Amino acid sequence: MKHPENLVYSRSHEWVKFIDETTALIGITDYAQDALGDLVFVNLPEVGDEVTSGEPFGDVESVKAVSDIFSPVTGTVAQINEDLLDAPENLNEDPYGAWMIRVEHITDKEELLDAAAYIAFYESEEE
Amino acid sequence: MKLIFERGKKGQGCTLLPPCDVPEVELPVPMRGKKPKLPHVSENELSRHYTELAKQVHGVNDGFYPLGSCTMKYNPKVNERAAALSGFTGIHPLQPEHTVQGCLEVLREASQMLCEITGMDRMTMQPAAGAHGEFTGLLLIKAYHDSRNDTARTKIIVPDSAHGTNPASAAMLGYDVVSIPSGPDGCVDIGKLKEAVGSDTAGLMLTNPNTVGLFDKNILEITSIVHEAGGLTYYDGANLNAVMGLVRPGDMGFDVVHLNLHKTFSTPHGGGGPGSGPVGCKAFLAEFLPGLLPVPADGGLCMEAPEHSVGSVKAFYGNFLVVVRAMTYILMLGREGIPAAAKNAVLNANYMMQKLKDIYPMAYDGTCMHEFVMSLEKMKHEIGVSAMDVAKSLLDYGIHPPTMYFPLIVHEALMVEPTETESRETLDEVIAVFREIYETAGKDPRILHEAPVKTYIRRPDEVRAARKAVLRWSED
Repeated sequence: MKHPENLVYSRSHEWVKFIDETTALIGITDYAQDALGDLVFVNLPEVGDEVTSGEPFGDVESVKAVSDIFSPVTGTVAQINEDLLDAPENLNEDPYGAWMIRVEHITDKEELLDAAAYIAFYESEEE
Repeated sequence: MKLIFERGKKGQGCTLLPPCDVPEVELPVPMRGKKPKLPHVSENELSRHYTELAKQVHGVNDGFYPLGSCTMKYNPKVNERAAALSGFTGIHPLQPEHTVQGCLEVLREASQMLCEITGMDRMTMQPAAGAHGEFTGLLLIKAYHDSRNDTARTKIIVPDSAHGTNPASAAMLGYDVVSIPSGPDGCVDIGKLKEAVGSDTAGLMLTNPNTVGLFDKNILEITSIVHEAGGLTYYDGANLNAVMGLVRPGDMGFDVVHLNLHKTFSTPHGGGGPGSGPVGCKAFLAEFLPGLLPVPADGGLCMEAPEHSVGSVKAFYGNFLVVVRAMTYILMLGREGIPAAAKNAVLNANYMMQKLKDIYPMAYDGTCMHEFVMSLEKMKHEIGVSAMDVAKSLLDYGIHPPTMYFPLIVHEALMVEPTETESRETLDEVIAVFREIYETAGKDPRILHEAPVKTYIRRPDEVRAARKAVLRWSED
């Protein structure tokens, strides 16, 4: 399982890629897609929606269950990855290529982990 | 297997009507421009089609069916006998009330019995199933707050172990859903509940025993916390089988209840219905109940809409014959039989749990109610055998798998509800099967990965079915 060094991670298993101080791409981690299993449906917010750190902005559905996806940052949705709506399997096949939303005007964020800390976090959670 | 459209050929058919002995009349301007595509099959082809379908299913008449949270108990045949009486089947919902007094009496008596069992004051039989009952119950809660101009109450609190239908029903009514976490004991975290309630709380939805099969001992405190905040309390009757005749939701502090007659009261279940999800309420909510309710009039009964009824949630009186079956069940068991059934359901679940817990880790320690949840997380981690593999393997033994991957708060969950209608011998056989599967998994996990091998179809491709759903037949 890979977790790129250039990203930061939330404890609810989302990754964040900061493009600049107040703009970021958000997706789900390799660990998350593996735990969820094959995804069959994705629900994303609309452009212009406000997202809040620690609150759900969308959900994904696998054959097992529906799971909320939490926003690690507070800001405005500038773009959504519409390809995912027709091809949710991209989240399984390429979790770090398949970003879900691009958020602008970020005013707040939760405490995020680097790759090593994230791996240590989920490994301790598994025990 | 072939679809009905792929059987037979043009020219074949069933002759159901005698030859026409009156002049034929052409109907003016048909509403439908094109003739519907109907199958062309002879009577024996038709009969074979349904027999072949029946061979592919598994119901309580085929074998053990421990589907947690679903109460797949046996449906006594006497219920069918009662529901088939011509006085119940040969009626029309619009015929004059004085000609169907017996049927109105059934509606009244059944609702009185179910009110007694749940501790409610009035009940509607209109909702067709559980989630429909949830929606109806929430309609009552909304109507109550609206009637007091208390319109700032926009939130419904739901524990994270709840059935997915609870938050879905609340969302259908436009409520915001607030999910509160369960404590390590699997019960409601009282501290979190206190934080969640406020002047915006419309109500709380809860099952007790809850979705992990445990009776929440803090139930009186839970319902009073919600009441003190001005909210109402809704009891999801999915798990009533564990407590019927022993504890009443009304006495636990609940204001609204839905029942699943097709679970707790032994009417047929699954396969698309018809089900029945009556909703009972305390007297102060009765004025909002949907549909028509039987009330005394002129020495008999008539049907009348409550004063501030929310309207109808289904045509006429709901699935009436399901109510007849449930009433037959209650009358057959009687005052002693109803609680005895609940106690046996709890005993059967605990018996199985005790006989399996040395090899299948249980999600929660202690005594369970009518169902228990095991977690196969360790097994998956260590030997790569998942809850899904064990479930698929059970199929090869002619056993319907337990509920899988639910509740969501337990990883690799298998939720087993044996119900009271299974004998100790059956339980012992099933326990032996579970133990055999465990041994096989340890020796050669590949056998479980391959399962099932004896069923009509092996493992369906669930992912492809969800992503590329084919929902209807078409000619090309």
